[in-house]
Amino acid sequence: MYEHDVIVVGAGGAGLRAAIAAQEEGADVAIVSKLHPVRSHTGAAEGGINAALREGDSWEDHAYDTMKGSDYLGDAPAIETLCQDSPKETIQLEHWGMAFSRDDDGRVSQRPFGGLSFPRTTYAGAETGHQLLHTMYEQLVKRGIKVYDEWYVLNLAISDEEVPEDRTCHGIVAYDIQSGEVSGFRARNGVILATGGPGQVYDHTTNAVANTGDGVAMAYRAGVPMEDMEFIQFHPTTLPSTGVLITEGVRGEGGILYNENGERLMFEYGYANNAGELASRDVVSRAELTEINAGRGIDDEYVHLDMRHLGEERIIDRLENIVHLSEDFEGVDPLEEPMPVKPGQHYAMGGVETDENGETCITGLYAAGECACASVHGSNRLGGNALPELIVFGRRAGAHAAGKDLGTAEITTGKRGEWEAGEVDTPVAPGSVRSPDDSAVADGGEKAADGGAVAATGDEIVTRAVDAENRRIEHLMTKEDGVQHAEIRSEVQKSMTRHVNVFREKEGLKQALRDLREARERYTDVYVNDPSRTYNTDLIQTIETRNILDLAEAITLGALAREEFRGAHWRKEHQERDDENWLKHTMLSWNDGAPELWYKPVILEGEEKTYEPKIRSY
Amino acid sequence: MSTQVPETQEADESEAETEAESVPVAQQRRQQRKAERREHVAERERERTEEEAASDESRYHLKVFRYDPEVEGKQEPRFDEFHVPYHKGMTVLDALIYARDHFDSSLTFRHSCRQAICGSDAMFVNGRQRLCCKTQLSDLEEPVRVEPLPHQEVVKDLVVDMEHFYDQMEAVEPFFQTNDLPDGELEEQRQTRENREKVKMSTRCIWCGACMSSCNIAAGDNQYLGPAAINKAYRFAMDEREGSDMKEHRMRILEQEHGVWRCQTQFSCTEVCPKDIPLTAHIQELKREAVKNNLKFW
Repeated sequence: MYEHDVIVVGAGGAGLRAAIAAQEEGADVAIVSKLHPVRSHTGAAEGGINAALREGDSWEDHAYDTMKGSDYLGDAPAIETLCQDSPKETIQLEHWGMAFSRDDDGRVSQRPFGGLSFPRTTYAGAETGHQLLHTMYEQLVKRGIKVYDEWYVLNLAISDEEVPEDRTCHGIVAYDIQSGEVSGFRARNGVILATGGPGQVYDHTTNAVANTGDGVAMAYRAGVPMEDMEFIQFHPTTLPSTGVLITEGVRGEGGILYNENGERLMFEYGYANNAGELASRDVVSRAELTEINAGRGIDDEYVHLDMRHLGEERIIDRLENIVHLSEDFEGVDPLEEPMPVKPGQHYAMGGVETDENGETCITGLYAAGECACASVHGSNRLGGNALPELIVFGRRAGAHAAGKDLGTAEITTGKRGEWEAGEVDTPVAPGSVRSPDDSAVADGGEKAADGGAVAATGDEIVTRAVDAENRRIEHLMTKEDGVQHAEIRSEVQKSMTRHVNVFREKEGLKQALRDLREARERYTDVYVNDPSRTYNTDLIQTIETRNILDLAEAITLGALAREEFRGAHWRKEHQERDDENWLKHTMLSWNDGAPELWYKPVILEGEEKTYEPKIRSY
Repeated sequence: MSTQVPETQEADESEAETEAESVPVAQQRRQQRKAERREHVAERERERTEEEAASDESRYHLKVFRYDPEVEGKQEPRFDEFHVPYHKGMTVLDALIYARDHFDSSLTFRHSCRQAICGSDAMFVNGRQRLCCKTQLSDLEEPVRVEPLPHQEVVKDLVVDMEHFYDQMEAVEPFFQTNDLPDGELEEQRQTRENREKVKMSTRCIWCGACMSSCNIAAGDNQYLGPAAINKAYRFAMDEREGSDMKEHRMRILEQEHGVWRCQTQFSCTEVCPKDIPLTAHIQELKREAVKNNLKFW
């Protein structure tokens, strides 16, 4: 068993920032990640970091824009924390040497982004995430922080008191991908989940193949609620053939969207008469798909994004990376012709419920970054708000786990505050499928062999979790035939893309639930064909697929339950935002193998003012 | 005005290639490669159309290296053949994923972002180090031969041990060091646009290891820092924010026996770099810096 004060799961932006912060507070910290840190998906972020750095801008304006962008589903304490901490954190990166783009006076450059009232997106060309990830990894090397890279975290080691709020996280169980060794990691102070987004739930996504939502699924099954999972952001400009992201910076710099007739669609059809291409992402995504559905798309599939008029010099200075991506992945040279683009899955606004200090309702368990929901993005995230989220909440979670007093959180977690029960009419029973054989072993939902009886010490709880995971792996590896993960995964992705996409309707959502139920049933028969203990990606992807199933179901359940149109969540039957009934967070708790739906109120009261919901127009 | 003859024409080409010139060079190369690729793609598409007319389904023929130290029958390295259905725009990575998901789930390789930024899928494809995710099948001759990066220990199939590469990267103190931070936590250091432009290409490295794998010198000298690590050092040594004392310190690391002087300007690193970083030029520039610094003391 390995032992550290703080263990961070995941080595993207949030994980690295958390580890640095924990170490600065004097903790012995280690990172456990299924990828080497420089392979993390934060590196693919392009656009920038919103931070009120300049005269004429203020954190209050940033907070207002964020609340409006969220369609009033964000929690004010989290949003205000984001906007207050972001300038300092951004400059901290600069002090660590990050290669930001520069103005003539040598200061870091800022540019306009969708939904912002001030050009406050700080950037490094169109490769901000790459620069940020590498800068932070450099700091990790400098500090000699221990990284267990290419270790896949299988599960959390959590005590099993009746009520989640009474439970404690004592560590994790991880699998060394190169050697096949399964080992316990005891965390004396706490575990921080920073495992990123669940993009692989969909088949057209900007997300990396590694983004399977492992952290969210593990926390969920351990008893932490998932919050607002139905709010999936679709980015309006992804390349049609691969889902590769074309940054919002293209529109920020003045890129224009055209339909098949060469009309500037955002104005021509009144989707956003003021902001045009710079309306928020949900608005632009729907506009594009409406055009395509109306027969004004190109090849019935995409629209054009044109940046040629910006001139080669400006493009190479600020968007060079886009030229390469468009050429390499779509065969289109954007200096000569417009790029084909369509909406693609991009970001999960929902995730592990945390407060503004990164804590969950389980003692010693934290989450930060895309896997967490504090919630700063509400029902729609503004471009340029994901990277500040990583550094702001990564740092807070790391510092807090290491023992720093960040003050009492205003957001309550778990069923400690005000909440109401929810109900949703589903065509099939959601949750795990228990067949008479040992399928519970296959899906990792196995209860402790001793029936959960008094595992007194943290060490014992970790050891017990290690035993359970060993049995799961043994089961998957020794089973001789059955279904392979790739088949199940692909069915889930197709169904989600078809039914739980930008446009949603009741019958489709129900069909998705049926498809997911069938996939779960098939999963009880899943097996691993590769007999090797060395670098067995077959095994890891099989376990990831289980996580994908849980997340896909949560997204669909939330979408079916929420009978209104808010932010990124559009419902055919409900075309209006309904503040009277739905100004609340959707919560799903794993309760004895099945999801329990409940709601908690949105906090609109900020430090000095209350954010009054208004009709959102751009 | 009279016509200006660039001075550099007189000097040795590789020695004289400064950063200011290497950007246009990279662009020229890009243009040239693009033109070549278009021509090649058009030709392949013509061939494919003819083939498709002859058969129901167009398939690409892959020969993939296999090895697993644990599995009997795979302990001796071999090549497996896969025939993967082709669609326009398909990359080598797409083909590997198809083969794994449909034919043999034990086929093992690293990959994640599939957009040339995570750096995990550098492999040896048709005799050259490439990122599989940005390599179009249509650019390659059949059968497409996919092997692990040469000069690195094979863990399994296409997965190589990267530890040595990471160790070399860490040997150059790959982190920003300055004694000259502004007082205020909200005040940034200033950096000129020119200086940022100078280090820009060097910051693009994604640690894929293609350069190290292609370098003859690195293959023969395990202690040679190698192109990626030297480029990482360049990124900091040339950053004006670090100051002259730190630059001297960095030059001492680079001038050691297995540092910049080991490079024999063979350009293979520059040739294979998927991010078009002028690695050889950066190494040459550091050699010149080293000479300049040493001259001061003579």
